[in-house]
Amino acid sequence: MKIDRRQFVSGAAIGAAALATPSLLRAQGAPIKIGEINSYTSQPAFLKPYRQGWELAQEQVNAAGGVLGRKIETLFRDDAGKPEDSVRLAGELINAEKVDLLSGGFLSNVGLAIADYALQNKRLYVASEPLSDAIVWAKGNRYTFRLRPSTYMQAAMLVEEAAKLPAKKWAIVAPNYEYGQSAAKWFKELLKKARPDVEFVAEQFPALGRIDAGATVQAIEAAKPDAIFNVTFAADLANFVRQGNTRGLFEGRAVASMLTGEPEYLDPLGAEAPVGWIVTGYPQADIQTPDHVKFREAYRAKYNDYPRLGSVVGYDTMNAIAAGLAKAGTTDNEKLVDALKGLKFTSAFGPVEFRASDHQATLGAYVGKTAVKNGKGVMVDWRYADGAKYLPSDAEVKALRPAG
Amino acid sequence: MIDLIFAQTLNGLASASSLFLVACGLSIIFGVTRIVNFAHGSFYMLGAYLAFTLVSYFGGSEALGFWGGVVLAALIIAVIGALVEITILRRIYQAPELFQLLATFGLVLMVQDIALAIWGAEDKLGPRAPGFKSFVLLMGSRFPTYELFLIVVGPIMLALLWFLFQKTRWGTLVRAATQDREMVGALGVNQRLLFTSVFAFGAGLAGLGGALQLPREAVNLHMDLSMIAEAFVVVVVGGLGSVTGAYLAAVLIGVIHAFGILIFPKITLVLVFLVMAVVLMVKPYGLMGKRPVGSAHAHGPVEPLLLPASPAAKGLGLLALALLLVAPFIVADHWLLTLTELSIFALFAASLHLMMGPGGMASFGHAAYFGLGAYGAALAVKWLALPMLPALVFAPFLAGIAGFVFGWFCVRLSGVYLAMLTLAFAQIAWATAFQWVDLTGGDNGILGVWPAAWASSKLVFYYLTLAICVVFVLLLRVFVFAPFGYALRAGRDSPLRAEAIGLPVMRIQWLAFIIAAFAAGIAGSLFAFFKGSVFPTYMAIPRSVDALLMVLLGGVQTVSGPIVGAFAFMGLQEQLAKATMYWRFVLGASIVLLVILFPRGLVGTTLALAERRREDGGAAPAATPEPAR
Amino acid sequence: MTPVLEVRNLGKSFGGVRAVDDVSFQVEAGKLLALIGPNGAGKTTCFNMLNGQLPSDRGEVILAGRRISGLKPREVWRLGVGRTFQITATFASMSVRENVQMALISHAGEIWKLFGRAKDRHVAEADALLQQVGMLDQAERACGVLAYGDLKRVELAVAIANQPKLLLMDEPTAGMAPRERIALMALTAEIARQRGIAVLFTEHDMDVVFAHSDAVLVLDRGRLIAQGKAEEVRNDPAVRAVYLGSGATSGGH
Repeated sequence: MKIDRRQFVSGAAIGAAALATPSLLRAQGAPIKIGEINSYTSQPAFLKPYRQGWELAQEQVNAAGGVLGRKIETLFRDDAGKPEDSVRLAGELINAEKVDLLSGGFLSNVGLAIADYALQNKRLYVASEPLSDAIVWAKGNRYTFRLRPSTYMQAAMLVEEAAKLPAKKWAIVAPNYEYGQSAAKWFKELLKKARPDVEFVAEQFPALGRIDAGATVQAIEAAKPDAIFNVTFAADLANFVRQGNTRGLFEGRAVASMLTGEPEYLDPLGAEAPVGWIVTGYPQADIQTPDHVKFREAYRAKYNDYPRLGSVVGYDTMNAIAAGLAKAGTTDNEKLVDALKGLKFTSAFGPVEFRASDHQATLGAYVGKTAVKNGKGVMVDWRYADGAKYLPSDAEVKALRPAG
Repeated sequence: MIDLIFAQTLNGLASASSLFLVACGLSIIFGVTRIVNFAHGSFYMLGAYLAFTLVSYFGGSEALGFWGGVVLAALIIAVIGALVEITILRRIYQAPELFQLLATFGLVLMVQDIALAIWGAEDKLGPRAPGFKSFVLLMGSRFPTYELFLIVVGPIMLALLWFLFQKTRWGTLVRAATQDREMVGALGVNQRLLFTSVFAFGAGLAGLGGALQLPREAVNLHMDLSMIAEAFVVVVVGGLGSVTGAYLAAVLIGVIHAFGILIFPKITLVLVFLVMAVVLMVKPYGLMGKRPVGSAHAHGPVEPLLLPASPAAKGLGLLALALLLVAPFIVADHWLLTLTELSIFALFAASLHLMMGPGGMASFGHAAYFGLGAYGAALAVKWLALPMLPALVFAPFLAGIAGFVFGWFCVRLSGVYLAMLTLAFAQIAWATAFQWVDLTGGDNGILGVWPAAWASSKLVFYYLTLAICVVFVLLLRVFVFAPFGYALRAGRDSPLRAEAIGLPVMRIQWLAFIIAAFAAGIAGSLFAFFKGSVFPTYMAIPRSVDALLMVLLGGVQTVSGPIVGAFAFMGLQEQLAKATMYWRFVLGASIVLLVILFPRGLVGTTLALAERRREDGGAAPAATPEPAR
Repeated sequence: MTPVLEVRNLGKSFGGVRAVDDVSFQVEAGKLLALIGPNGAGKTTCFNMLNGQLPSDRGEVILAGRRISGLKPREVWRLGVGRTFQITATFASMSVRENVQMALISHAGEIWKLFGRAKDRHVAEADALLQQVGMLDQAERACGVLAYGDLKRVELAVAIANQPKLLLMDEPTAGMAPRERIALMALTAEIARQRGIAVLFTEHDMDVVFAHSDAVLVLDRGRLIAQGKAEEVRNDPAVRAVYLGSGATSGGH
């Protein structure tokens, strides 16, 4: 049975959504409860839009009658960025609140902790955001699915473009934690495969959130690379860009950069946004596919703000869960897991599938170049890179994923 | 090569300036008021945010608008500092040592949510400074003029401060108070005004440090915590209360940072703490610090007598234990998870209390031993394939051995220097767990550390945890009342007298350190099996701070305080986080309120009140701590 | 009879200034020897070298025939040297009795015991000592709240708990009322004779010195300028010169 979001939301006027009051819910039988754990207080820049996207989707689903004849209710919990707290919250949600399934996770280690808890307690966990490859591969398990394109996928998207450049000598700057390290690792490995003639002349791993930007820029400059691969984001990125601009690090050098095209990270740079960087991101204002336009308009109508990438992830995770529930026809977690394998649903970016082989969604990202227009950073010359194309084959996955 | 060395030296000097301003304020505040001001990073962050707003309002492209905004931001922060001192800190100067730290930590939490509410979640990249937007060519490479400006600001501020402290009456008073607190009281100086002005001045310096970062760094919600640890390092490396020392230390840290990333790009996380550990081992009072005059203790009250529990208190403890024992039959299932966690934290807090209370050694890095216990358990399961029980036995030894090694260095110091060295060691342990990916899995941790099948039910694991925690908490309590515990307290009360009656104070403190580390390791190993996984966050600074808060909140001079503190603090945090997304603000405000209402901690103040009532009744004065449980 | 304490050519310099210069003397069991001199004469420095708090530059300290120079304070204590301080040093968070018990526990080598209540150890012995210094009725009180004179008594009890051969008292009566001074020194003299303890004390109050010392040593700028019976020293012209104009009977403190 293939169900997509449109079947739930068809005919649902946005304004009608506000009618979904708790008393109404009870009248229709107990709601389906989702326990959503995320680092709301420690990563608000991403997770506030995330929660808004989520609530938008939930409102739409419920306005269209819910799933299985029941409304969906979400219990949001803040892990404050600590994996050990996320495990406590998972226990509380399952045992005390009797939620039907778990979702969320921003940091990779939080995602891994919940995933392991899910395995131990045989509960479905839909990891929305954590990028670590381990979540679906090395530490993958039957109960865990992941929505966002992983570190590997985003690195692969950038390598595709980077390999076309004449640059031979590359430098890397990445935050010193798992995401930064594995992004650097995959980029090196994949680029070497595509271009055996490249070499890596410098690697900088500043502590996350603590970049010593001037010294880092100087150290990279000293290695005289042809091109730079950047993995830093948020405040680190801003500091790196400003020092790099002043010191001329980016002049005459190509830069490939993870996530920099996401509004969360591009917008704060304002007029100082870098120009001509090859980035993965989300050019929200320019994507005119029907699915996205509908999402964007609904989001704008509800929040009077434009969506960030977090909004998309929250919105899609909620919709993926709803689609999975509808397909399974039950909240029984074993059946739900089986239903999620190979589940097809429509995201704001178009049709997506949870691969049966490794539980990774084929949600993609937009790859393009940065530019500055009207004093703001934007993405130009972008294209949608479908996640399915950047994932290893099922046969390769077998070797990567011991859990099968 | 030479040009790179030159450039990196300049980079180091540039980043030293803001660090110097912040650390210098912190140092002066500590010197005069003896407050370990955790909120100093918050002043720095607020300074940056305020500068962003003011500069945007006045127009950042105009020199007047920009610099006016920066200076005004610093002044506003000074006013905020004064208000904080007058409304909160002034009420608790008489509290035990380090207690004020609780209040400042409450402020940190409140400011985090306030900043989020006012300025939103997005990072703010401020304008470049008028007149310093470009670069100059230095030995062939471009160097931003603003960085040059910052390099000059450092020594200028140092000179101004030097003048202020050497040539003005206020400065002389500040120096005198830093050297010898009792003397200032004796001089008949208006102490209140001095304290308020010093706090405001220090806060203003932090605000200025933050505001000056505006053209250099995106203003964000994590600035407070990323600055505070480094500022403490600078203060301690430089020597408490020494402005010149703070400048030297800031330059040292800045330059070492700039070169460190050339040589060991991955070690930046821990480099500053390594430097601090080495400096403290060689110069126990920092580069320019002096051995404090007079007693090491601050202005807190005399520690009360430690008497065994009265029958009533014993009854209360037994009742509490009985309640915990029958809890599974009364409360809903999921409460067992909370109670399990609280029991573990109670043991963790009790272990720190042995050091802090009877030992008089405050630790800012106690999570190291908790984390090593957890890692011990996880490594035993993962690499040695040990079952749960042998792993639980093995794990605390890893923590104990670390306590043995780290403790040897730490007991040679005292007061805040000791506390900072424990922090340095904790950061080194944390960095090891974080960086040694092959062994520890790095920040992705070690998964699958679940209890043995027989103990996997919530009920069994709860009883197992409760049994182990109760036994070791009681054991710690027994130690406190045993000759060893007395000898430990003797060393705390008067090292001079203790040595004069044959007590090897350092060795006694060392053993207490090891025991505390071992007990924390037990708590950590239980925590690992309870959570099913271990992560470097187990030994990160926030976990150490949690332990500190639990002990202080309960009352550092009472044996049962840490247990009450653990239940109160962690329980409060858990419930608030469930109730509101603004739990940090509410928790912070609750802490500040509790600190004002219970200036000796929850148990300490209750006991003091009970004692006063008894004294009013004419009975012999005696403090009667409640039993451990 | 070998003297309890023999000091030979003791010397100490601080940055070129000779704080203690070539000082030699002896103390015998049961005798009280007063060490006097104006402020800065080197009395406390001398004391601190005797019990190991400060290493000496030159000379020897011999306790009952055994060389103790270079030992740590706690090692010196083990060999039988008790000490009181100019500013009393007691354990403020412990009761009067516990302070004495602590010394007894240490003397008995029990400090590493992790089990058993410290409070229950050596109670009778502690009480006997407190009885002797007249503090038994305040045994339960915390030292942190005692009057200064009482603290001095507690310190005395603590200092003699290990049955020392030698008792060092740095300004034992400083800060006390005249009546208390006499009482405390009378008590000390009694204990010293009863137990055969040699006592070396520094003192500003000449009334105390002349009333209670068996012999007097006079230090001036680090040098021993006179020693002997109190009357002899009192009439010594060198001593008179030193004390002239600086308050012959009661120095400042």
